[in-house]
Amino acid sequence: MTYLAKPRLHHPTLPVNKVGYTRRDYEGKVSTLCAGCGHDSISAAIIQACWELNIEPHRVAKLSGIGCSSKTPDYFLGNSHGFNSVHGRMPSVATGANLANRDLVYLGVSGDGDSASIGIGQFAHVMRRGVNMTYIVENNGVYGLTKGQFSATADQGSKSKRGVVNSDSPIDMASLALLLGATFVARSFSGDKQQLVPLIMAAIAHPGASFIDVISPCVAFNNHPGSTKSYDYVRDHNDAVNRLDFWPSRDAITVDYAQGDVIDVPQHDGSIMRLRKTHPEYDPTDRLKAMDMIGQHQAKGEVLTGLLYLNPDAEDLHAHLNTVNVSLNQLTARELCPGSDVLEKINASLR
Amino acid sequence: MKKIEAVNDFVVKFANVNGSGSASANELFAKSFIRMGIPVSPRNIFPSNIQGLPTWYEVRVTEKGYLGRRGGVDLMVAMNPQTWTADVKEIEPGGYLFYDNTKPMPQSRFREDIHVIGIPLTEICNSTYTDARERQLFKNIIYVGALAALMDIEPEAITELIGEQYKGKEKLLKPNVNAFQMGYNYAQEKLDGQLGLKVRRADNVGNKILVDGNSAAALGCVYGGASVCAWYPITPSSSLAESFQKYCQRLRVDKESGRNKFAIVQAEDELASIGMVTGAGWNGARAFTATSGPGISLMQEFIGLAYFAEIPVTIIDVQRGGPSTGMPTRTQQSDVLLCAYASHGDTKHVLLFPEDPNECFEFAATSLDLANRLQTPVFLMTDLDIGMNTRLCEPFRWDDSREYDRGKVMTAEELEAGKDFGRYLDVDGDGIPYRTLPGTHPTKGSYFTRGTTKDRYARYSEQGTDYVDNMRRLLRKFESAKEMVPQPVVRRAKQKTKIGAVYYGSTSPSMTEAMDVLDEQGVMLDTIRIRAFPFSEAIVEFVSEHDQVFVIEQNRDAQLRSLLVNELNVDPAKMMPVLHYDGTPITARFILAEISERMRLLNVQPIKKGKAA
Repeated sequence: MTYLAKPRLHHPTLPVNKVGYTRRDYEGKVSTLCAGCGHDSISAAIIQACWELNIEPHRVAKLSGIGCSSKTPDYFLGNSHGFNSVHGRMPSVATGANLANRDLVYLGVSGDGDSASIGIGQFAHVMRRGVNMTYIVENNGVYGLTKGQFSATADQGSKSKRGVVNSDSPIDMASLALLLGATFVARSFSGDKQQLVPLIMAAIAHPGASFIDVISPCVAFNNHPGSTKSYDYVRDHNDAVNRLDFWPSRDAITVDYAQGDVIDVPQHDGSIMRLRKTHPEYDPTDRLKAMDMIGQHQAKGEVLTGLLYLNPDAEDLHAHLNTVNVSLNQLTARELCPGSDVLEKINASLR
Repeated sequence: MKKIEAVNDFVVKFANVNGSGSASANELFAKSFIRMGIPVSPRNIFPSNIQGLPTWYEVRVTEKGYLGRRGGVDLMVAMNPQTWTADVKEIEPGGYLFYDNTKPMPQSRFREDIHVIGIPLTEICNSTYTDARERQLFKNIIYVGALAALMDIEPEAITELIGEQYKGKEKLLKPNVNAFQMGYNYAQEKLDGQLGLKVRRADNVGNKILVDGNSAAALGCVYGGASVCAWYPITPSSSLAESFQKYCQRLRVDKESGRNKFAIVQAEDELASIGMVTGAGWNGARAFTATSGPGISLMQEFIGLAYFAEIPVTIIDVQRGGPSTGMPTRTQQSDVLLCAYASHGDTKHVLLFPEDPNECFEFAATSLDLANRLQTPVFLMTDLDIGMNTRLCEPFRWDDSREYDRGKVMTAEELEAGKDFGRYLDVDGDGIPYRTLPGTHPTKGSYFTRGTTKDRYARYSEQGTDYVDNMRRLLRKFESAKEMVPQPVVRRAKQKTKIGAVYYGSTSPSMTEAMDVLDEQGVMLDTIRIRAFPFSEAIVEFVSEHDQVFVIEQNRDAQLRSLLVNELNVDPAKMMPVLHYDGTPITARFILAEISERMRLLNVQPIKKGKAA
């Protein structure tokens, strides 16, 4: 439905954020995905998160691979540059883009086929390197655009729409991200915007590799009984380990909670992340325990959601590479070229 | 028995064991000629191995400055028992065998028609050194000393080089000089007059430099302003990325902050390295990757995307023998078609063919400019022969007034002023559209990058008319590239002739040498050295004005010939392939033999000497 132009007019009373934009300014083209697709809810959550974070839309770069999920960057942040790249290779493009300009917000959107199968290698290495980006996998357990084949995240024993039982063991993307060194790992459900929006905000604010696995049911091919990625199944088996609230700055905090079940996680950029614990014993800064807890839930057929892990002292690839503060794409011959005098010395050393 | 006598014109080959420390001693030997004003052309012939397998180092001493491989060996320095038989066999009749005679060898291991020079290297080392590693390492320096005495290399030339090499490491300096002197003295006393190959000071080196093509291309990337490099180790290109790292650490660290004005990532594979370069190019940094044929194969999908999405990408292909388990340490020009038409769909790419390290430097910087100007992948097609061997060449030059060409990038000011922005709109008629970089303007100039499902304004479209419109513009852009790329170099025969020859890349020095001989013989042949694809007008003219054109290449399938026939629509019958593809660099001897034979078949009579104007 991209041929339908979205009306540009705003309701005059629409609230404006700190940088002068209404929520509508963060929208993109009309989605061409199926009605009820979980992915559209995630697009809406991204729009909400960016608006609340007061990010200027054009300061975001949206990158994706191939598949239904990877089409979605066209449907949010219409004033941002987007890049629909190669199947499973969004991470490398995002890495290069980030190296060229460290001043933008990088949002990578991918799917379970894109990231767990063809792109599992690049997914692994972008997490290892600590590229400062938010990596969202819109996880529905099937290949939607090619009509319903199982993906590598489909649970063993789950049934396809045609009744085929999946015999391969599933890849848990959150566990994998933890194993590979991601410094922010969360899981959510496209049907739970209350949980998802603050997680996306926190992920964007995080100065390192942030990963969010969002279970996002495919209404066309994976929303039937026997599926473990359907709306009904996920609602019935969703165990949120915590509830997150996120404020871009300290002065914005307006809610008070009873002491005891709340912890504030300090952020280097001055933003505040407050966790309301639903599992009192869960410590989201303990990586090994997080992996254990995910495994325990998986064994019971349950989906553990919430902020699963956070390293508050994360560093990113630019820190590892010790690059200058100014973006590399801003450097000119004056900064980059050593000049002819130096070249003469090099020539002399080669005689 | 015949005895080869030569001054400043011979070939010495060292047969060594990989990892025995011979490389630096052999290089010392080669460089000493340059210090005496005599051009040399050294080549490594090495296996895909770190330690233990045979390795050779061939030095062509050539007062006339012929830097191609000559073929044949006048003096074999046989230090590897494993390859002894083959090494002895390779010596020209009347040539010399230099070997370690500590252990006596049966007469049957030698040849009747060669001269044998023995020196008890092991014995000398064992009586001088106690440490096993020292015995091995100094053995190499000792034979260099002995050769210097036998050939009349000025000992000062070598001691000066040792001094430079161990500057600041005085502990190593003295023992090396001593070892050299030991060999030198031994040969002077005991082997005087045994070698007919002599060196005489000349003045033919000028201000030339000795450097390998990979270092040169890396330095070209530094000067050309590359700030992002992503790569995956593959022979013979790995040393290019490593040189880039080394040069950047020296030349690109901000003095005040100590921070790097570059980012280098060793990627997980070639798919990731080209992906990173694509991302960086999309985002406005000058980025490149270095690889070889198998890497190019893995990059195909991204190369196509970069072509259609029009993203500046620079790819340096240091060609080698294919395939993946092919001949990684041998040279070829066998990726021409792979790169020219890389990827699926209708694609064509810009290729540059440097002839030596000097052009590696120059073209590396040029390719970064061209990639940005044309918004497309640009391939720098070097090969192992240029890349991994030191070659004497013109010194590097840089014009300090040169600015980097960023191509058509629309600025926030232009957008604000209301300039019409269509990402794929041909505003100037050259097929090259304007682009914006991410983050430029709050409300104008953003677009969604994808393959070909788009119209001129980058709006989603699956319309056939939009597709064709875009594809035609891409062709116009390729047409525009023809006169932007390095133009060919034409050499005319003394008299008008209908026969021509085309060559490119590392074939150049052998071709120059072969042409001098043909000139001498009165054979009239025009030549053209192609330096880039797409083929410019000068190449079209050259081919059309000759009835027969030799195409000299280092691959089996005459790949450049195919490209010429296909792109210029010429009659294949007039394009005669001359092909060398055994993994060794092409020689002048080979080119001469092939061309002479075909000329004979064509019934072309050489013009008698003196008649030529």
